[in-house]
Amino acid sequence: MADKNYTGHITVDPLTRIEGHLKIDVEVKNGVIANAWSSTQLFRGLELIVLGRPPEDVHNYVQRACGVCTTSHALVSIRAVEDAMKFKAPPAAELVRLLILSTLDVHDHLVHFYHLHALDFFDMASAIKADPVAAAKQAAQVSGREVQPGDYYMVQARLKKFVDSGQLGWLTNAFFLGGHPSYRLTPEENLILASNYLEGLRVQLKLARAMAIFSGKNPHAQTMRVGGVTCYESLRPERLAEFRALYEECRTFINHNYVGDLTILGRRYPEAASYGRTSNFLDFSDFYDPETGKNPFIRGGIMWKRDLKHTEEFDPAQLQEHVTRGWYKDSPPKHPYEGVTDPAYSGYDPNGKYSWAKAPRYKGEPMETGPLARRALAYARGEKETVERLNAWLSACNLKPENLFSTMGRTASRMVEAVVLMNRIEGWLNDLADRAKHPDVELNKPWKMPDKAKGVGYCAVTRGGLSHWIRIEGGKTANYQMVVPSTWNLGPRCAAGKLSPVEESLVGVPVADPDRPVEILRTVHSFDPCIACAVHVINAGKEKSFKVL
Amino acid sequence: MSSSSRISAKLLERQLEGGHMSRRDFMKFCAIVATAIGMDASFGPTVAAALETKKRPSVIYMHGAECTGCTEAILRAVDPYVDVLIMEVISMDYCETIMAAAGHSANEALEKAMANPEGYYCTIEGAIPTRDGGLWGQVGGETMLSLFSRVAGKAKGVIAMGTCASYGGIQAAAPNPSHAVSVGEALAPLGISPINISGCPPNPINYIGTVVHLLTKGMPELDDVGRPKLFFGSTVHDKCPRRKHFDAGEFAPSFESKQAREGWCLHLLGCRGPYTYNNCPTAQFNQTNWPVRAGAPCIGCSEPGFWDLLAPFNRDVRMKGE
Repeated sequence: MADKNYTGHITVDPLTRIEGHLKIDVEVKNGVIANAWSSTQLFRGLELIVLGRPPEDVHNYVQRACGVCTTSHALVSIRAVEDAMKFKAPPAAELVRLLILSTLDVHDHLVHFYHLHALDFFDMASAIKADPVAAAKQAAQVSGREVQPGDYYMVQARLKKFVDSGQLGWLTNAFFLGGHPSYRLTPEENLILASNYLEGLRVQLKLARAMAIFSGKNPHAQTMRVGGVTCYESLRPERLAEFRALYEECRTFINHNYVGDLTILGRRYPEAASYGRTSNFLDFSDFYDPETGKNPFIRGGIMWKRDLKHTEEFDPAQLQEHVTRGWYKDSPPKHPYEGVTDPAYSGYDPNGKYSWAKAPRYKGEPMETGPLARRALAYARGEKETVERLNAWLSACNLKPENLFSTMGRTASRMVEAVVLMNRIEGWLNDLADRAKHPDVELNKPWKMPDKAKGVGYCAVTRGGLSHWIRIEGGKTANYQMVVPSTWNLGPRCAAGKLSPVEESLVGVPVADPDRPVEILRTVHSFDPCIACAVHVINAGKEKSFKVL
Repeated sequence: MSSSSRISAKLLERQLEGGHMSRRDFMKFCAIVATAIGMDASFGPTVAAALETKKRPSVIYMHGAECTGCTEAILRAVDPYVDVLIMEVISMDYCETIMAAAGHSANEALEKAMANPEGYYCTIEGAIPTRDGGLWGQVGGETMLSLFSRVAGKAKGVIAMGTCASYGGIQAAAPNPSHAVSVGEALAPLGISPINISGCPPNPINYIGTVVHLLTKGMPELDDVGRPKLFFGSTVHDKCPRRKHFDAGEFAPSFESKQAREGWCLHLLGCRGPYTYNNCPTAQFNQTNWPVRAGAPCIGCSEPGFWDLLAPFNRDVRMKGE
């Protein structure tokens, strides 16, 4: 029974609709979260598995950290090794890599929003009750794209047949079934979202197909290698035309449907634009000019205390990883080059060790990374397209810039980033098409592995700043550390006891129904958790309940 | 307002009688999948009739030590599209990646699916950690080893999805820190022998074709490492379009060479196609490509132990270990 003044404990485990596995524990006082613990339960040991292997092979292994942001781990590993070798790949190869990474990012944002996050906001079953003509009218208003009511009738007929079958499949036990006080879209708005959820499933595979033209397959690209890329065949005019057609079709959906749906959500859930705040932000520069290696399209940096008037440059020397509250043998905070991965599972203890994640800190502070960090940095620096797109969304939803620092602002920033990146892809494609006209266009250059060196690769990937750090000795991998976005965002407390971004963001979130705590899902999903190597290690058997009330 | 906006609801409802929007997709899928599982395309309606039972067959999809790449691969399916798969073909009653429920509601959905009197099929993606009695891999306070044994033990059929589930995969590569093993090895004491759909990730048609085979024709014939011969019956090398260069002794000597640009055989650059059983050259990925077409040597990702046995990659097998 819904108790909006609940006081007590809530555990969500498994926290579904993420990559990997995550357990979230919160303490609630009078219906509002007062404390939170994020236990990312991951240990597969990829950092240990790559030791002693040839550095040029490592990207194959670490790519398997994650099949969702898949290729980003391969690319960042290649960058780390090429940094160690002081090697620069040919410009056309860098362009192919940019096209792979950007289509991956947009694809990932799209799937995250529609298929992992949107069910926190819309009620699929309620869509059956909608007036399709009214829904089509509203969809056209918010998206700027005409919708045929007939298409909505079809979606409704299909949903009705599905619900009437009595087999709810993946919607079984959904929090919205039977009504929920925190689901507030009209039936027409639910129909718009339901239709885009289904259409989005078809759109995402086309974007993945576009990427596979360059990557050989998706998930898990195989064409990127230390030295360049292998896909000469992808440079043929008909292949570039195939990419362009898929790209344009998907761009329409991103620029209209995705944008319109965020307007619907922003208007209906203004309170989600005031909770879910964090303090500090970090991300890395990426999408450099392929010729000069300068002028990144995404500019990284640091922002303290949500101050939209000041940004700083990122300084790698200020980075440390803490293991005090993770299931690792205790050691002082270390820079990734010196990092140690020495696992020691000791059971779930919220006052002690409670996660497989390490806790990265910058100047000792927890930092949120990802689309909100990047868009806030771009907004603060007055980057035109981001400023215009974010202001358009804020004004459509009657919100202010400070509302960006919230659960809803994080989700809207992801949409704006998808739009901005998607629109940029065309220029890279044109550039590649020009270069591809030369029969001798280079995609690879020879290299020599140094006997002893160290290198770092940075990447602004879907979920935030990703870095891999390699030390090479005797031409082999002597140390390897991966500092991934979800450890920044979803890690545990650090040695100083400071909460991680997701833990901080949950404090102050209201919970209307402790039995179906959808507000927790909304806020945690807004970070797009990707726990990768997660292997739900929890509670060495003593606590049986999935949820303690 | 466009003219179609004025179409009455009644008219549209009449048009929908006898079927729904995805009917055409569904019939097309049945014909394609009939071919994929070794029947003539004209058997499409037979497959459709077998699948269109009153209740959709229940599938429980578990995630172990994995990267979710196999689930992502299923999202890329077109025969059928994944929305058709989960709304009209099967009932995906538990799958942590897409399911709406979370926490105890998700666990209750699992228990409910397992209590289904008509039974269910079980798919497991990922390896199973066994270190410290399985404590390095748990779901909701229960070890994966115990939970998967419970779920698979009652299933009508078990599919190991991907190379991790089939053979241990990446986390089982040396030194295998979590002591990860395959589904077949972990569940052997229960007498469970899964169908292995290997690949990193597998081609989605190999998974869906196997599911449909189970539902319509029963158990497919398997090779000596548990894979359906329908999909894993020949090597990548056998069906490779670059085979003519191999036969002519035309090998690309380096990735930057003119010969690599012209699509010569990648054998000297470490292609593991001759040792790898899979249908990549004919099935293709994402309906448009596969690694060798894109100039990337096969790394043997559907073979047991390939992370150690077929590495280092991208170099001639004769140089292995150098």
